Amino acid sequence: MSARERVAGQVANYVDERTGSAKWLKKTLTKVFPDHWSFMLGEIVLYSFIILLLSGTFLTFWYDPSMREVEYEGSYQPLSGLKMSAAYASSLHISFDVRGGLLMRQIHHWAALIFMAAMVAHLMRVFFTGAFRKPREFNWIIGVGLLTLGIVEGFLGYSLPDDLLSGTGIRIAEAIIQAIPVVGSYLSFFIFGGAFPGEMFIQRIYVVHILLLPGIFLALITVHLMLVWYQKHTQYPGPGRTEKNVVGYPLMPTYMAKAGGFFFIVFGVTAFLGAVASINPIWIYGPYNPGQIGAGSQPDWYMGWLDGLVRMAPPLEAYIFGYTLSLNILIPGLIIPGIIFTGMALYPFIESWITGDKREHHLLDRPRNAPNRTALGAMSITFMLVTLINGGNDLLATHFDLSINQIMWFSRIGVIVLPPLAFVITKRICLSLQRADRELVLHGKETGRLVMLPHGEFIEVHEPLTPEKAYLLTQHEQLPALEANLSNEYGVRNPKAIRSKIRSRLSRSQAEQIAKPTANDVKELEGGHH
Amino acid sequence: MSKELAPLSDPGLPEHIHRKADVDVKAAKKAERQVGILFLFSVLGTLLFVYAYLGIDEDAFIFVPVLGSTNAHQLFLGLGLAMALFFIGMAAVHWAKTLMPDHEVIDYRKEQRSKDEDREDFVSTVKDRANEAGLGRRPFIKRTMLLSLGLVGISPVLLLGDLGPLPGNDQKETNWKSGTRLVTDPGDRPIRPSDLEVGGVAQVQPELPAGKVRHLDDIAKDSVLLIRIRPEEFNLDAERLSWTYEGIIAFSKICSHMGCAVALYEQTTKHLLCPCHQSTFDVTRAAKVIFGPSARPLPQLAITVDSQGYLVAKQPFSEPVGPSFWGRNK
Amino acid sequence: MRFISKYRRHRFAGPLLLLGALLFAGLTYSAAQAVTEQATLSQSDKATLIAEGKEIFARGCSSCHGLNAEGAGVGPSLIGVGAASVDFQVATGRMPVADMSQQIARKEPVYNDQEVAALAAYVASLAPGPAAVTNEELAWERDGNMAQGGELFRNNCAMCHNLAGQGGALTQGKYAPTVMGVEVKHIYEAMITGPQAMPVFSETILTPQEKLSVIKWIKHAETEPQLGGAALGRVGPVTEGLVGWVLGLGLLIGVAVWLTAKAR
Repeated sequence: MSARERVAGQVANYVDERTGSAKWLKKTLTKVFPDHWSFMLGEIVLYSFIILLLSGTFLTFWYDPSMREVEYEGSYQPLSGLKMSAAYASSLHISFDVRGGLLMRQIHHWAALIFMAAMVAHLMRVFFTGAFRKPREFNWIIGVGLLTLGIVEGFLGYSLPDDLLSGTGIRIAEAIIQAIPVVGSYLSFFIFGGAFPGEMFIQRIYVVHILLLPGIFLALITVHLMLVWYQKHTQYPGPGRTEKNVVGYPLMPTYMAKAGGFFFIVFGVTAFLGAVASINPIWIYGPYNPGQIGAGSQPDWYMGWLDGLVRMAPPLEAYIFGYTLSLNILIPGLIIPGIIFTGMALYPFIESWITGDKREHHLLDRPRNAPNRTALGAMSITFMLVTLINGGNDLLATHFDLSINQIMWFSRIGVIVLPPLAFVITKRICLSLQRADRELVLHGKETGRLVMLPHGEFIEVHEPLTPEKAYLLTQHEQLPALEANLSNEYGVRNPKAIRSKIRSRLSRSQAEQIAKPTANDVKELEGGHH
Repeated sequence: MSKELAPLSDPGLPEHIHRKADVDVKAAKKAERQVGILFLFSVLGTLLFVYAYLGIDEDAFIFVPVLGSTNAHQLFLGLGLAMALFFIGMAAVHWAKTLMPDHEVIDYRKEQRSKDEDREDFVSTVKDRANEAGLGRRPFIKRTMLLSLGLVGISPVLLLGDLGPLPGNDQKETNWKSGTRLVTDPGDRPIRPSDLEVGGVAQVQPELPAGKVRHLDDIAKDSVLLIRIRPEEFNLDAERLSWTYEGIIAFSKICSHMGCAVALYEQTTKHLLCPCHQSTFDVTRAAKVIFGPSARPLPQLAITVDSQGYLVAKQPFSEPVGPSFWGRNK
Repeated sequence: MRFISKYRRHRFAGPLLLLGALLFAGLTYSAAQAVTEQATLSQSDKATLIAEGKEIFARGCSSCHGLNAEGAGVGPSLIGVGAASVDFQVATGRMPVADMSQQIARKEPVYNDQEVAALAAYVASLAPGPAAVTNEELAWERDGNMAQGGELFRNNCAMCHNLAGQGGALTQGKYAPTVMGVEVKHIYEAMITGPQAMPVFSETILTPQEKLSVIKWIKHAETEPQLGGAALGRVGPVTEGLVGWVLGLGLLIGVAVWLTAKAR
């Protein structure tokens, strides 16, 4: 036994005698993780979060969360002598008078954008592959919670420098709060410590941004990962992969090295962006002043869709007994986002209610084999893209020679027309792909080689699929539609007949599939050929 | 499942294909070298970082294609850090891919659902313990406990009471009083009608009494935009027309939609546009909304001149400025 | 400062004299311009310049603006717009306009400096208006205050021209152009004449010194090197979001594909 092994043994012995963890650790180190690039999206989120914690901590060493008015005396000449909040002055100090401060600010902001982007990409992967199905509904809900908190956390961070751009964002957020019926004005005065902008807001959101929300994030991420760990990762279908097993690489050493290495890669890419690409140049924007504004004021991208919705809202305001109800703010600012996020959180339950499928699923769906779900996803993405486009309509107008009025009308109509269109088209595409799969299994791959038959006819040679490929294309289940249960066996009308009818209608749409080839089909065809 | 509908059979995991480095010592040596070199790149990155931190002046600039002339200190700090981190990652991943075991391993799942006897056991345990606690037998304790737990939540809510004052009339009042002078923002110079040409604008604030400092809270409500057009271009009712002065009309600059500063004035169309959400207001028709999400015109400030010929407010705003709120019309 | 006080006096001389003596005002104007622009230009040279301008005008401008610049159909009257307006519109290539779209855009100027001066002199001779300025007489480097200029820019200009001066959208396809790369005198002339949709910033509302401060800030913003890397068009979060998705997440997904691909 080498000296190194002896030391390691002693350490392991010391720990195990106090924790009894040998068995658990052994199991953990040999835990199997399936490998696929799309499974790394969640890791990007996790690593960006760690980068955010590290770079954010660095920024707190100098940042002064105060709206106290100071005169700027730092080294950035064009702002020299101006009155501004201590928060803005300290953000400038970090940018120009702390070596590496600007780099860390930019890394922090880029990491935030990538954090949110990767989270959305991860969500799309989970959605389109059906990874949210039983038993993973809790994790889906936690994910939706993380996404919501991420948007809030990002917005608060964007607001902290107290520059003219972010101050405008706060101004708009305040208007949304103020629009809440009955309690809006009170809420606003409580949050801002008086009339907008007051002198309290920055220090309050600072605590929320650096302590409260990161704490909740940490807790939720931990639970999220523990559930992944405990339920074992899902896997893509393929030969040898079943609902009962998980095929991949053991944690130690391969997966550990890959995942650990990937952390450094994510950090490296973020640092690269921080080095070469300027982000949120607050020194150009100037200190916040509610009487000033810049053309093309936008929020960060994950809020852009909300801003786009607010822009396209019709000018509606209702008056109830003399009280004002700002529908033009409430509908796009609170009600539609509320419906979207609630619907998203409930989706796993809705889908299993429609399909009647209450079994566990560990094998992922190929998106084409769940046409309705895929189409719904495409529909949501279309909705988000239209609103996002409208959120940047002023920039699109100047850069592509359009008018904001045109883009606004395009978005107003498009946001209603295009998503259903996307649904129909995507569903058609899915079914066509299924048909192509069926052809492929039954008739093999087209090779492009022509041969002449004895009687002079030309045919193209089809190469049969490998058994692995053929299995992959046919391994999925095709669930039958649920029948409506209108009355029981004695002819008594089911009290839930309407619900049952709706469900059966949806289920029929869900079950619309191109029949996959069975072993029998293949055998028959092979018999015919030879 | 009937035999006709049986799926194709699962051919099982494909056979493991050995990598070059698994079978060829030379290839393994080469991979080892590559990993080492990648780690060395990281070392170079750290050296670059240290050099940039200590050796490159913070005011040094360097021309880089695409980026333009850019701050060298910041750029090389960042590139050094990026290299140092990125290549550690690349080395680790390359190591894992080429030299660490790549045999796919199968692990088996069990259903999440507990065994039936465990579930029954759990239910009976919970029932037993609840019975032992006697909650069902002692309703008085149950009710008072629920009551006290319900009420204890009041204290933390009350403690938040001092987060802010109540709005009171604050949302409806501005510093504009009858006779308040209009002064330039910034500059605080009083304005005569002749200062403003037709087609001209001015950003103004109310003149504050001596000793009072203008805070952001004031600007958030007081900001006003002065616009001068030819009087015959107005399309106003008699009252609103009397609020203008020789073609000069004043509107609150705080958007009636969400409170951004609406100062984007088009001289040709006489339209005001809010850059945040593109509400468009027609100046000639008392800032009537002609496009976008805002539901109300911008509040108009009645103006006239004082005895010294300076522009003053005739009266305070006749309605609250800024975004709507529940009790706005009360 | 000497130039500015003179300039100011001149500018306000115009409106006052308008009622009394058009001719006298014109002479005052020519005198002022002669002093400020070309001290050596004599009275007869001036007359030739005006004549030359009248000729160019008749050839190139009168079809829209009328033979005597009184305005006709598409083109507005130019009586009283002053030399500043002519210098701005013609020397930045906006006039003569090529196509009558919503926006009259900046382009390669059609007339050379001499011709522009002639046109300006002719239009100015019709009625007094804001005088053209030269880059040299605007002592923005000396008299401008950059921080004050930034403050003024954010208060008066940024709502249309963007916080970084990159320009922005107006209604119905019109836009406020970028203020980067614009000659100093043209920035000044734009402020005092209010070309196209832009409002006028008169000399009492935004004093000449304040205008020079704005120019100083703009010129700084124009020449400031990148402090944090590529500027990404200086249009804020939209391009940043795009770069975050495409370059940031794109690179990382690329690495992830490599990372999970089987080595051979």
